[in-house]
Order: sequence, then C-alpha cells, then structure tokens
Amino acid sequence: MSVQLSYKEGVLTAKLTGEIDHHSAREMREAIDDTAQKLKPYCLRLDFMEVPFMDSSGVGLILGRVRLCNFWRGRVVLCGLSPNLNKMVELAGISSVAAIERRAG
Amino acid sequence: MMKPVNQAQISFPSYSVNEGFGRAAVAAFLAQLDPTVADLADMRTAVSEAVTNAIVHGYRDKKGTVYISAKIFEDGKAVVRVRDKGCGIPDVKQAMEPLFTTGGEERAGLGFAVMQSFCDSVRVTSTVGRGTSVTLTKHFEPKE
Repeated sequence: MSVQLSYKEGVLTAKLTGEIDHHSAREMREAIDDTAQKLKPYCLRLDFMEVPFMDSSGVGLILGRVRLCNFWRGRVVLCGLSPNLNKMVELAGISSVAAIERRAG
Repeated sequence: MMKPVNQAQISFPSYSVNEGFGRAAVAAFLAQLDPTVADLADMRTAVSEAVTNAIVHGYRDKKGTVYISAKIFEDGKAVVRVRDKGCGIPDVKQAMEPLFTTGGEERAGLGFAVMQSFCDSVRVTSTVGRGTSVTLTKHFEPKE
C-alpha cells in the first residue's frame, strides 16, 4: 500500500511511500480523501519521508488536500521532505498554504 | 552543430504507468555523465513533467506512443526530447504560463514552470492535430 493512515487526537497522518507522479497520485489521493472526509481531522499530516521522487503531480496532491481540509477548517502539515522534494514545494509556493516541518537531522 | 557522443531512443504507449519508466530510463542513460545527485534529480523531474504532459494532454482523447530521445555531448550537455503525436497545443505561449492548465483541479499547472526551473532551456514546438515536441537541455557539471 502506498499510503498508510493513522489517526490520533484529531491528527490524521498519511505516510506516503514511493514515487509520486500523475499515475500514483490518484491512488494516494483516493486513499487519503476516503478517510479524511469521514474523520474531518483538524490537522492532516502528510509524511514524505519514504518518497524518493515527486513531480508537480505531488503539488496538485498537496493543494487538493489543503482545499479539502478547508471545508472543515482543518490544516495541512508536510514533513519528511528531502531536498529534491523541498525544491518542488518551494517553487510552487506551498509554504503559504501548508505548514512545513523540517526534516530532523 | 556538435555531434553527440552517445544517444538513446525509447518509445512506449501512453499509459500513465509508463511515466516512471520514461524518467527512470532517461536518468539511467544520463548517469554516464557522472552527474551530481541533484542535477540528475532535476532532469528526472523535468522529463517526468514532459512525459506526463504527453500522456495527459497530447493523448487526452486517444492512446498513442510517447517518443523520447536523449543525447549527450562531450562538454557535458544533455538534450532530451519528448515527443507525442497527439492533439497539439493551440497556444504554446499560454500553455507555458505558470498555473495555466486544462487538466482539471488536481493538476497544478506547473509542468512547464518546473521544466524551465529544473533545466537550462526548454523548447516547445507544437502543431494542432499533429503533436508536440518538448526539448530539454541541461549542462551537467562533473562531480567534484
């Protein structure tokens, strides 16, 4: 499974695994939205630690989840971004709509 | 015009599952330039955007073949061309504007912006009804 979901005290964490492109993003999106719409978490945490590659489809994935969580005033937090992924996230200006936790170490 | 020191051609049907194959094949070929991890990641990303455009936009109505050619030159330059025989782009200038997309709300509209930012140059030629060709050029500095 490319998305592992866990929920604790209003925080839904989606641990993404594998390359994110137009092909894989759809499956990830469906997996996240299914659960997020039921739980309406105040915080959706997207964990990219196990994502070695992401193109602009990943930006679409993030922005789409920000839009979804806006419906119940939830927020999106990104964590585990590698330098490559961070470059994409910065280019897209995502830090204005989602919080970014720096990778430890 | 300098002659390439090596070149490769690949083609595959426009199934989205092949996006990963396309960028990985190009990255494997360019590895002989001994690129830095960051430079190779940039080119891999740019190729992914171009291949996705061919599949999502070029072949939106019908399946077709995506053609990739990669050339490397003595001075460390790589030229990668991604071509489709799909519907073509009526207004290339507009298509290259950041956030312009015809791909629906889950497409960020950043494909060309990413290619331009991650490569040295991006050249697009397109004919409506005939297809689109995207040429990505990047100079790879040898590793220290």
